Amino acid sequence: MSGAGLRGRTAIVGIGGAGWGEAPGRSAIELLAEASLAAIADAGLGLADIDGLCAATSTHAFPTLSVAEYLGLKPHFFDGTNIGGASFEIHLLQAALALDAGICSAVLICYGSNQRTAGGRLVSMSEPQWHEAPYKPRHPITAYALAARRHMHEYGTTRAMLADIAVAARQWANLNPAAFAQGPLTREDVLNARMVSDPLTTRDCCLVTDGGAACVIVRADRARSLKQKPAYLLGVGGAHSHRSIAQMQDLTRTVAVESGARAFAMAGLKAADADLVMLYDAFTITTLLFLEDLGFCPKGEGGRYVADGAIGPGGRLAVNTSGGGLSCVHPGMYGLFLILEAVTQLRGQAGARQLRKCDVALCHGNGGTLSSQVTAVLGGAATV
Amino acid sequence: MTPKPTTGPGPEAEYREFLRAGRFMIQRSAATGRHVFYPRVAAPGTGMEDLEWVAASGLGTIYSITVNRARAGSYNIALVELDEGPRLLTRIEGVETAPIGTRVKARIAAIDGEPAVVFDVVPPAGAA
Repeated sequence: MSGAGLRGRTAIVGIGGAGWGEAPGRSAIELLAEASLAAIADAGLGLADIDGLCAATSTHAFPTLSVAEYLGLKPHFFDGTNIGGASFEIHLLQAALALDAGICSAVLICYGSNQRTAGGRLVSMSEPQWHEAPYKPRHPITAYALAARRHMHEYGTTRAMLADIAVAARQWANLNPAAFAQGPLTREDVLNARMVSDPLTTRDCCLVTDGGAACVIVRADRARSLKQKPAYLLGVGGAHSHRSIAQMQDLTRTVAVESGARAFAMAGLKAADADLVMLYDAFTITTLLFLEDLGFCPKGEGGRYVADGAIGPGGRLAVNTSGGGLSCVHPGMYGLFLILEAVTQLRGQAGARQLRKCDVALCHGNGGTLSSQVTAVLGGAATV
Repeated sequence: MTPKPTTGPGPEAEYREFLRAGRFMIQRSAATGRHVFYPRVAAPGTGMEDLEWVAASGLGTIYSITVNRARAGSYNIALVELDEGPRLLTRIEGVETAPIGTRVKARIAAIDGEPAVVFDVVPPAGAA
């Protein structure tokens, strides 16, 4: 049941981005299309080569219809699964299944949003839950604040420990010219920032930016003849736990425990094998929870694990080297941006932030309010 | 296949009707005794359609809490674990916030003109 037959059968061969940060005057689909064309060109392919399409956005009810029409694609395989920010990691699984079954030969996975310049607030199609709506929770921060508070209560995690996660993200961002938030950020800056939802301040929250992202995935045999170093899909696994935060059994433990185990089983690897760890950092607490749930440290020890620069440049574990959703880019649903950084590092194209050794990269997507968890393990030529 | 005939309102509408009548009701599976909230047509996990309405004790404990800081005014949002087991999202009235573990008791209040379950802090035993 591990799905190990899919290990290394497909690879990401093209990546592209557009308008990260602020892209005034550009629509969501324009950013998505520009990123998509960049990804296809990066692979050395043309639009006519794309016969599979996966898309989810914050604004399109039928995303594959909108994207296929806009780009003029006639996909044989399409999947518009939307489970929030983790959609793009599960798209990797859907694409790999379709490619391996021979239903299509090149799948475009894409996203775009202009939510910063269009309004400056997080855009989501997530509908309120009838039994929660009267109390006016703010989607999604209320849920993450409740999880953070509970983690502090159970494990003695402090706001300063959470702040160190934001500081590490900023230090990585300062090495990434594509990152939107640059400049010094101290623990005190995070702690003294405006409180939004106790215990989370504005600096515990991801950015709201514009941006498009896309990648192209093909079967491994074909990948080897294309122009970029392939980033092989070694393992991927997902899990659901709830829709509304009141139904989450334990707010300090996500089903990343399950998605990670599934992805590692398919890949035949373990957490310690990862050279790069890309974790969906919607809020500082999510980085901490996923470090624990994916096995990088014991449950409850995440706060102590990240303290004092341990996940920043030169630290013990390379986490979110792009600067993450906290400091690089976060246009509403960020999952695809994790994959782009992982592929960049696996290729050795990450410039000043390039890791000395990067053969195995983990991408962990999160959707809803800690609701959907999808883990993908990517590897370079040394892993297949 | 013959579609299952349905009679009368579903559990969500019934719950709201109870609230309008001033009653906080939750569901309980007859077979397992497990309580369920929010109201559903069947017990999650087992699929058993044996859920019956029972009056909630109204007593519970704060599982987690946050204060939403807004320009228009701040208010808390809490997860309360009922003594019967299920958790619900709600507010703790009369306080800015309260520690996790605080004992609370339910009350039906009007929010935007509609009845909703909110909670008050239960004074510790012996308190005046």
